[in-house]
Amino acid sequence: MNLEPVVQNLVFGLFVGGLYGIAAVGLSLVFGVMKVLNVAHGALVMLGGYASFWIFTWYGIDPFAAILITAPLLFLLGFALHVGLFRFVTRLGEEAKIKNSLLISFGLTLVLENLAIKLWTADERAITTGYAGEGVTLAGVIFPYTRMGAFAVAVLAIALLHFFLNRSYAGKAIRATAEDWEAASLMGINVQRTYVVAFAIGTALAGVAGALVGVAYTIAPSIGLAWTLKALVVVVLAGMGSIVGAFGAGILLGEAEALSVYVFGSSYREVVGLVLFLLVLLLRPQGLFGRR
Amino acid sequence: MLRAAMAPTGLALQRTRQLATAAVVAGFILAALLLPQFTQRRDVINLFFLMYLYITLAQSWNILAGYGGQINLGHAAFFGIGALTTRTLWTEQDFPFAAALLAGGAASVLFALVVGIPTFRLRGVYFAIGTLAMAEALRLTIANLLPNITSLPGPVIARYDLEPRYYLALALALCTAVTVYLLPRTRLSLGILAVREDEEAAQALGVNPLVHKLIALALSSFFAGLAGGVFAYYHVSYYSSFAFSPNWTFDAVLASFVGGIGTLAGPIVGGSFFILVRERLAVSLVDVHQIIFGVLFIVVVLTLPGGLVEASSRLRSAVRRLLHHALNV
Repeated sequence: MNLEPVVQNLVFGLFVGGLYGIAAVGLSLVFGVMKVLNVAHGALVMLGGYASFWIFTWYGIDPFAAILITAPLLFLLGFALHVGLFRFVTRLGEEAKIKNSLLISFGLTLVLENLAIKLWTADERAITTGYAGEGVTLAGVIFPYTRMGAFAVAVLAIALLHFFLNRSYAGKAIRATAEDWEAASLMGINVQRTYVVAFAIGTALAGVAGALVGVAYTIAPSIGLAWTLKALVVVVLAGMGSIVGAFGAGILLGEAEALSVYVFGSSYREVVGLVLFLLVLLLRPQGLFGRR
Repeated sequence: MLRAAMAPTGLALQRTRQLATAAVVAGFILAALLLPQFTQRRDVINLFFLMYLYITLAQSWNILAGYGGQINLGHAAFFGIGALTTRTLWTEQDFPFAAALLAGGAASVLFALVVGIPTFRLRGVYFAIGTLAMAEALRLTIANLLPNITSLPGPVIARYDLEPRYYLALALALCTAVTVYLLPRTRLSLGILAVREDEEAAQALGVNPLVHKLIALALSSFFAGLAGGVFAYYHVSYYSSFAFSPNWTFDAVLASFVGGIGTLAGPIVGGSFFILVRERLAVSLVDVHQIIFGVLFIVVVLTLPGGLVEASSRLRSAVRRLLHHALNV
């Protein structure tokens, strides 16, 4: 039996899994710290993709370099969204907070998606660089530059986030707030400010994910729901609020989808993740890597 | 003393108001019944058909969300199953339409119970995202299995008449409205409301939360399935997966919330308003109504949990206060 296509599939699964990881990490951070469920996360991924696309199209800046502009832009957007919308739910009790944030972000998704259609049409787009479609071939297996680069940036971004959360004061404040906001507030941490920072970082991470999706795959206004679902699937697999677990779960989902092609055929690729998700929700609601 | 003296007047006033409401409602129903006799304009009949369909859809979502307290983001699955079952039985298996329609509602309930028993073990947000994932998985599966456009058979198209469709949608909207009207008036639904407010407390009083949530879900999915069946009866041709599109869920959520969740009038106001705005704007621009309703929805969630219905009652009492002041001064 010829193994090359199988290995090729696993390699692609790994690369796309890295993107699932980076898309989920932002959602997971926001949920873990604020108990805000932002289903507009996928729409923010979409906006990040368009930001990079236009920076590339108008100014000819390489999409990987453009992330250095896209991420701060989305950081600011996250800041504004928190101050304008999500700030109002952070003082509610936990259950009401989750429910209201879910509803607000649902409305936000509709607004962002339809604004994007209005501004940029519903067409699918991709950032087509000079090296798009090229890659390294090793033993008959292709490693495209764009997907490899996207994977590398995803790993780098998650490593940076991990470093930030564990080493810096602001990062430790975020973790402390996630652990127990009342105790954190008694220790002199400004909880409301920590929330803004966490939400803005989560949005910036969505922006990075979107930029990478734009380079390695395609973007369109309607991709928001699909990416929200991917991120939710990964977050639930990993256990709500687990950052490093989210990356592992992202790769797990990427590989599960890649392998599912051999069992159910390529047209059920998207269904596999969702069924996996429902199974985990029912059998292990705390996630694969989470503790109860 | 004063209070005792005022009490009978208060009751009488309430009685008068109830009678006035009943008269207005009866007037609306009569006008709806007579509408096709007064106009032959297909666009007008179509508009009202869509309004009734959306009222039903929003009201059916409202049963579970507003009264049961469960945010279901997979409502499209119930609508889709109703549409698919009704269409298949009616056009391909030669069932009488009424039987196919009821079978669509029943299939929807069956599916809802199969999904509901495991997902109701999950609290709050897990139920919302679980149903969202379930509906998307189902939509993608249907798009794979039935990739083709489903069309009404030639003889049906040749005899296509808008009027029975109009009356069917109207009847269904009225049925859901009556059901929601009766909801807070039966022992069963008091249980549903108790579970919404506090599951533990309800359980302590001997109300089984799972059973009551399942009953609310069954009612909700039954009417959503029937709405799907009416859609299958009305729409000439569409992709089978279109009836499973997440937009059916989103529109129902928007209409219920903007109108006023957990009330009888909310989804009626919200559904009509939604269709009026959508159809008005559809002529000139694409999907701007989604932006408008998205913003309205956020405003309602943040500042006005009672939706338009509450806004109008607040406005009315403000006007009454103003008048009162003006007359007294």
